[in-house]
This record gives sequence, structure tokens and C-alpha cells, in this order.
Amino acid sequence: MKILNAIQRGQVLVSDGAWGTFLHAKGLKPGECPELWNVTHPQAVLDIAKSYIAAGANMVETNSFGGSIFKLNHYGLGDRAFELNKAAAVLSRQAAGEEHFVLGSIGPTGVILMMGEVTEKEMYEAFTVQATALAQGGADAIVVETMTAIDEAVLAIKAAKENTDLEVICTFTFDPTVDGDYKTMMGVSPEEMAKAVLEAGADIIGTNCGNGMKRMVDIVKAIRSAAPHAPILVHANAGAPVIHDGATVFPETPQEMYELVPGLIDAGANIIGGCCGTSPEHIAAIQRAVNITLQ
Amino acid sequence: MSDIIDKLAQCIERGKVNNQSPYPPDMKNQDGADELAKAAIETGFDPDDVLKACMLGMDRIGEKFSQNKAFVPELLMSAKAMTAAMEHLKPFFQSGQVKRKGIFIVGTIAGDLHDIGKNLVAMVAEGGGYEVIDLGTDVSAEKYLAAIAEHPGCIVGMSALLTTTMVNMEGAIKAIKEKYPNTPVLIGGAPVTQNYADKIGADGYSADPKGAVALLNKMAA
Repeated sequence: MKILNAIQRGQVLVSDGAWGTFLHAKGLKPGECPELWNVTHPQAVLDIAKSYIAAGANMVETNSFGGSIFKLNHYGLGDRAFELNKAAAVLSRQAAGEEHFVLGSIGPTGVILMMGEVTEKEMYEAFTVQATALAQGGADAIVVETMTAIDEAVLAIKAAKENTDLEVICTFTFDPTVDGDYKTMMGVSPEEMAKAVLEAGADIIGTNCGNGMKRMVDIVKAIRSAAPHAPILVHANAGAPVIHDGATVFPETPQEMYELVPGLIDAGANIIGGCCGTSPEHIAAIQRAVNITLQ
Repeated sequence: MSDIIDKLAQCIERGKVNNQSPYPPDMKNQDGADELAKAAIETGFDPDDVLKACMLGMDRIGEKFSQNKAFVPELLMSAKAMTAAMEHLKPFFQSGQVKRKGIFIVGTIAGDLHDIGKNLVAMVAEGGGYEVIDLGTDVSAEKYLAAIAEHPGCIVGMSALLTTTMVNMEGAIKAIKEKYPNTPVLIGGAPVTQNYADKIGADGYSADPKGAVALLNKMAA
């Protein structure tokens, strides 16, 4: 329980930033499978992981967000799920060395259980393939992220807990409602998420993606109110994307994120990193803000 | 409106598919959209009224969805109930006795494999009285063009979840407008905005499925 130990010592840890948008900046084409790059472009993937470690992150994720059999099937790569996930963890481990943590990323499958598109058993087995491959590649923890449905998240947590000895993190993506509170697109509140994922066995809970750092403060407060003692992780987008001259821009600057870090720690965050649109510069700014806040 | 038609609209709004369906829990062991639609037609109700009940139910759940009073699971269950009811209308659509408001061709843009948002819009549009032709995901400009050729007078809908694929909409709209300047194109998806729609020459944008149906109604009129 290495990450939990560090948190219990009172540390606020810094996680990494974007992977998807970073891969596109390195030449990944829309419609190309990002996880395939773990074997076709390992140097580019390794460079991303290294850049976050160099920026001061205590942990780095793996390039395996869409590595479930269901997602890989879209590219005809479902039967290579184990290989591609393991390769992802090997690369991030190489970048992290022994002093930093590797978080094995597991994203949503894109299929909805309640519609009967797949069975719980099939989904559990798909998550098990991913989690065990990431563990074998050297991950320290599994991060089940960008979740919106409780049933799917619970299966992913259980698959990781029951088939590996890694710490398990689970983060959901919330949107603001017209009433001013937050819900996932499946209608789950931060409080409901906290209760369900802790019951399923998650060691660390939290939120990722979303609409920028500022809203994350409110979401973390809501999670904290329902889970007074659980460690909380935040991976925040650099704001909501806007289009400038045909290119997508995430508007939040490293400085803006820097300024919001104390509020986030105050609300109860224990691990802070970025999501879509964040760069090593954002992570370096978060690292500086964490250091100053904790002094 | 008569009792049975009223109940049908309610079943669709609440997502009560059929008698066996356990959802929603408070309607357990009651007839659902399937049985009610069948009974309505068998007892001689105008199929048009059955369609109107479907539209009313979907309109109500669409409104709740817009207001964040209902979420994806509720909308999906309503769509399932609607599909069960519509099954009984099929012969009347085929014979032309019941007419729909128009044809809506939908697809997720090239490079993008996400389909939940596109599917929600397709379901609510069907419930709004449109015949929906779903081209699936990763839809190229050529595929849109072929579908438009096959369905003259249609309206086109494009969806994208990713900022990296959203930009492919521009080329597809250009290709459509060159060949079919009078075919309206609506766009939507998490990263899409009205501003972006204006910029790339789309005829409309909506943030939610109900808004998309409102645009369809405007354009089909």
C-alpha cells in the first residue's frame, strides 16, 4: 500500500497530465488506436511518461485508457488486449524508475450494462485482462477513471482487487446540472459515487476530466462530505475546450491551475494531477503550488 | 385523450417496456408500452394516435433530460419502451397509413467511435416522429453523401465526442453542401458549441436531444 502510506504521512502527491491530447500532439491520427502506439511508437509513449516525471510528478499513468477488449475491438485489436496493456505499464515503469508510482489506467468500456449489450461476467473478465496485464507490466496501482456508471466502475474495481494485489483508485467524471450541483451523465452524484466505490473496495476515490480546476473544488468538497477519511485524487482538465483557428485549445493556463491548488487541497484533495489539455508545464505548476501550500 | 393512450404515453415517459419488465419498480406487474400499444391498435384506435402517444412520452422524458431531472439510463429505458410500442406501428408505416415527419440521417463523424450521444439523439428523434437512418460511427463524407442520395429530402445529423475528431465535421459539411446545398446539417456532441456550428457552416446545433428534435421540426416544416 505504497501510495496510501505516502498520503498517511501527510503528503499531497502530484500526478501526471494529459495522455490523449499529448499523443495527438505527437502525431497520433484521429481514428488510430492510441494503445497500439505502445508497441508501434514506444519511444513517443515513453517520452510522454518521462516528461511528466521530469516536471515533478510523483506518479505517472499508463497509455491504456482505451485498453479494454471492447474498445480495442473497434480496431480489430481485442485479442491483443493483454499485450498492449502490459506494454503500456512496462513503458511507464521505465520512465518512473523505482522512486515514482505507476498508475495503470482503465477507462470506460463504452458499453452500457443496463442495456443488456454485455453481461456483467463479460465485463468483469475484460477488466481482469486489463488489470492483470498492467500489474504484470509493473504498475503499482490501477486507476479506474472517467467512470459515469456505478455498475461498471464496481466491476472494474472488483476485477482489479480480486485478481491483483495493487492499490485501486477510482475516479468519476461529473458535469454541472441546471440546479448547480454535479452528476455524471448516468445521474450519479459525487456522494453516491463515494459510497458505492468505497464499498466495492477502492482505496482511493476521486474525480477526473470535467470542466476545469475551479469546478473540481466543489466536486471534491461533495466527495469529502460523503467520505471523510478516504484519500481523494483529482485529475482536472485544463478547462473546457475551445476552438481557435481550427485547433482545439484547452484554455486554463499553468498559472491559473497553480492558483487553484490551495483551494483544492483545502477541500480535501490528496493527489492532484491533470487530464485533457494539461501539459508538463501544468504539472510543474501544480507541483510548485503543492510545495508552497504544504510549507 | 383516452385512458389507454394516456397510459401508453406514461409508460414511455417512465421507461416501462412490458408487463415482465421490473423497471420502474413502482410499475411492477403492470402492462407496459408493448401491451398497451398492441391493445390500442386491436381495439381500433387510430395508429396516428398511438404514434402521438409515443411522441408525447418521449417529449416529456426529453424535457426532463434537458432539465437534468433524468439522465442517460432513464432516457434509454424510455427509448426501449418506445421501440416496443413502435413495433406495433410498423405495418402502418410500411403501408403509408401513418406518415412520419421526415427522414433523419445520423452518424458519428469520421475518426470517432463514440456512439452513446448519437444514439440518444437518434432515439429521441424517432420518438419525435422521424424515420431515423443510423450510419453508425466513423462515418466519412462519402457515406453521408451516399445516404443522402438514397433518401432525398432528408436532414443530416453529425456527432463527435472528441475535440480531435470534431474538426472532421467541417470537411464533411463542405462536401455535403457542395453537392446538396439544400440538405440541412445539424451537429452536436460534448465539445461542440453554437459558435463552432456557425463557423463550419452547420445549419443547427443543440446541446441535448430535445433541442435537436426542435431543430428538426423547424427544418422539416
